[in-house]
Amino acid sequence: MFPRPIQQASPGLQWLYRIALPIALLVWLFPLLGVAVTSVRPASDLAQGNYFGIPSYLAFENYGDVFRNTPMGRYILNSFVVTIPTVIGAVALSLMTGFALAIYRFRSNLFLFFLFVAGNFVPFQILMVPVRDLTLSFGMYNTYWGLILFHIAFQTGFCTLFMRNFIKALPFELIEAARVEGVSEMRIFWYIVLPLMRPAIAALSVLIFTFIWNDFFWATVLTTSPQTQPITAGLSSLNGQWVAAWHLVSAGSILAALPPVAMFFLMQKHFIAGLTLGAVK
Amino acid sequence: MPHFLGRPLARVLFPLVLAALVVWIARWVLTADLARSVTTGAVAGGFLFCGWAVLSAAWRRVSNQPGHPLYPAVCAIRAYWKANQRRLAPWLFLAPGCLMFAVYVIIPIFQSIWISFYDWDGLGEAQWIGTANYAEMATDPNMVTSFRNNILWLVLYMLALPAGLLIAIFLNQTIRGIRLYKSLFFFPFVISQVVVGLIFSWFYAPGFGLLYKVIEGITGQGIAILADPDLVTFGIIAAGLWPQIAYVMILYLTGLNNVAPDQVEAARLDGAKGWRMLWYVILPQLRPATFIAVVVTVIGALRSFDLVSIMTSGGPFGSSRVLSYYMYEQALSEYGYRMGYGAAIAVVLFAIMMIFISGFIWKMWRDETER
Repeated sequence: MFPRPIQQASPGLQWLYRIALPIALLVWLFPLLGVAVTSVRPASDLAQGNYFGIPSYLAFENYGDVFRNTPMGRYILNSFVVTIPTVIGAVALSLMTGFALAIYRFRSNLFLFFLFVAGNFVPFQILMVPVRDLTLSFGMYNTYWGLILFHIAFQTGFCTLFMRNFIKALPFELIEAARVEGVSEMRIFWYIVLPLMRPAIAALSVLIFTFIWNDFFWATVLTTSPQTQPITAGLSSLNGQWVAAWHLVSAGSILAALPPVAMFFLMQKHFIAGLTLGAVK
Repeated sequence: MPHFLGRPLARVLFPLVLAALVVWIARWVLTADLARSVTTGAVAGGFLFCGWAVLSAAWRRVSNQPGHPLYPAVCAIRAYWKANQRRLAPWLFLAPGCLMFAVYVIIPIFQSIWISFYDWDGLGEAQWIGTANYAEMATDPNMVTSFRNNILWLVLYMLALPAGLLIAIFLNQTIRGIRLYKSLFFFPFVISQVVVGLIFSWFYAPGFGLLYKVIEGITGQGIAILADPDLVTFGIIAAGLWPQIAYVMILYLTGLNNVAPDQVEAARLDGAKGWRMLWYVILPQLRPATFIAVVVTVIGALRSFDLVSIMTSGGPFGSSRVLSYYMYEQALSEYGYRMGYGAAIAVVLFAIMMIFISGFIWKMWRDETER
C-alpha cells in the first residue's frame, strides 16, 4: 500500500493526520460552505455588511422567496422531465449497441466502436448550428423533446463505450453455451446478458443523470422559455436578474446542486465505478 | 431465402423505407404541442404496442396453420432468420443507436464544416463565400485572445494532475470515516459548473468576496479578479480546476487502490522511500489512471464554456473569451446571428480537439488489436 499506512507512523504523526484531515476538507469545501451559509443569511445581514459573521438568524425564507418569486419550481420540474427519459433512452440504446459491438465479430465492428468513442469527445460547438437547425425543423425547439432526443443521441457515445467494455468482460462461454443449446440471439440478449448488466446499468444511470442535470450549453442553445428551461439555464438567467441579491443566488445554487448530490450519496459505489472505468487495468 | 424482393433491393430499399417511416412517425409525435406531447406519446406508444400485439398474434396463428396461404412465406422468413440471425442480429441491435448518433452527432459535424464556407444569418439565404470566414479569422483580434486563453486553459488545467495525485495520496489511508472524507473531497465534481461558477463569483466578488477581503487584508488594496482583464482568465481557470482536481483525485484513488502491494513491499525492502518510491514504483503502475486523467482534463479544458458564460460572459472587454464561448457569441449573439463564422470557429476548435481524439483512439486501437 502506498503511502505507508498511518497506523505504522509515530503517535504524534497519527494525531497530526487526524487533525489535518478535517482542516484540509474545510479549506477544500470553503467556497461551497460559504455559499451554503449565505443561502440562509437574511437579506438584512447582507445590507448591514455582515457577510462572514454568524447569520443573525437562519433565514430559510430565502428558499421560500426563490420559489415564490421565480419559476424555480418549474425549472426543477423541467430538469427532471428532461433528465429521466434521457437516462432511460441512452441506457436502453447503449445496451443494444454495446451488446452488438461486444459479442459479434463483423468487419466494421471496431470502426463503429471508435466512431461512438470519438463522437463522444467532440466539442459541442461543432454540433451547435446543425443541431439547432434540426431541432427547429422538427418543430421541437423550446420543447422537452428537443433536449431529450439530442441528449440521448449524444450520450449514446459514452454509454456505448461503457457497456461494450462491460459486456466484453463477461465470460463469453455463457453465450456460446446458450448458442449451442439453440437459444436465439434476442433471447441471449434478454435473458442472459441483461440480468448480468444490472451493476453497469445502475452505474451508468447515476452518471448520466448527473451529466444531463448539469448540462448548461444545450439548455441555453435549445431552449429559451422558462416553460422548458432546465435549472442550469434558469439559474443563469435568474443570476442576471438578481444583481447583488447573493442570498437568493446562493439558495438557487444549493437547490440546483441538491439532486445530483443526493444521487451521488445514495449511489456512491456505482457512481465511482462508472467514473473510474478504465482507470485500472 | 424468399426472393420476393431482390437481394440488393431489399438491402437498400427496406432500411430506407423503414427509416423514413420512423422519422415521419417521430416528427408527427414530437411536433405536438408541449402540453399534449405526453398524451401523444402515450397514445402513440399504445398504438405501436397494439400493432405489435396484433402482428405477432397473426404471425403465431399463421405459423400454426399449415393450410394458410401465407404459411410458406412465414416458414421461409423463419428459416431465413434461423440461418442468418448471427449475421443480422448485430445490425438490428445497432440500428436505433446508430441512427440517433448519425443524425445528431456524425452528420452535424460535416454540416458544420459545410456551413463554415457560407455567410449565413440562420434565417435567410446562405451565401457561399469560400474560405472568407477563415481568412477573417486570421485577422480577428478576438480570435487571438480566445486562442491564447484556450492555450492557457490547456496548460493550467494540467495542474489538476499533480494536485489530484497529491490529494489522493493524502487520502489513501484506512482510518475510520475516511470514506466520508473521500466522498466529500469529491463533492465539487458532482455539482453543476453553473453552480461552481456562481460559487466562485461570490468568492471573488469585489467589496465583500472572501478572496477580495483576504487580499485587501494583506496588501491594503482589494483586487476585483473578474473585472481585471489580466487576471480574469486565471480566476475562471481556478474555478474550473476545483471540480477537475476532484475528478483526477478519484481516478488516482482507484488507481492507488489497485497498486500491487507485493511490488511496493519489495521496493520498500530495497530501501525505496518517498519521492523515489512514487516516481519509480507507483507512477508506472498508475499509468492507466494517468492516461484517463489526461484525456478528461484536456477535454474539460477545451470544453470550458459554462464557467466563462456564467462568471464573465467573456468580459471584461472580451478578455476572458475562449474559442467555445466566442463561437457561441458569434453564432447566436444579440448583434445578429453569424452562423457561418461561428461554424468556422467551431471547425478550428474541432481540429484542435481532433489531435487529442486521434491520439486517444490510436492508443485504444493498439490496446484492442493486441488482445
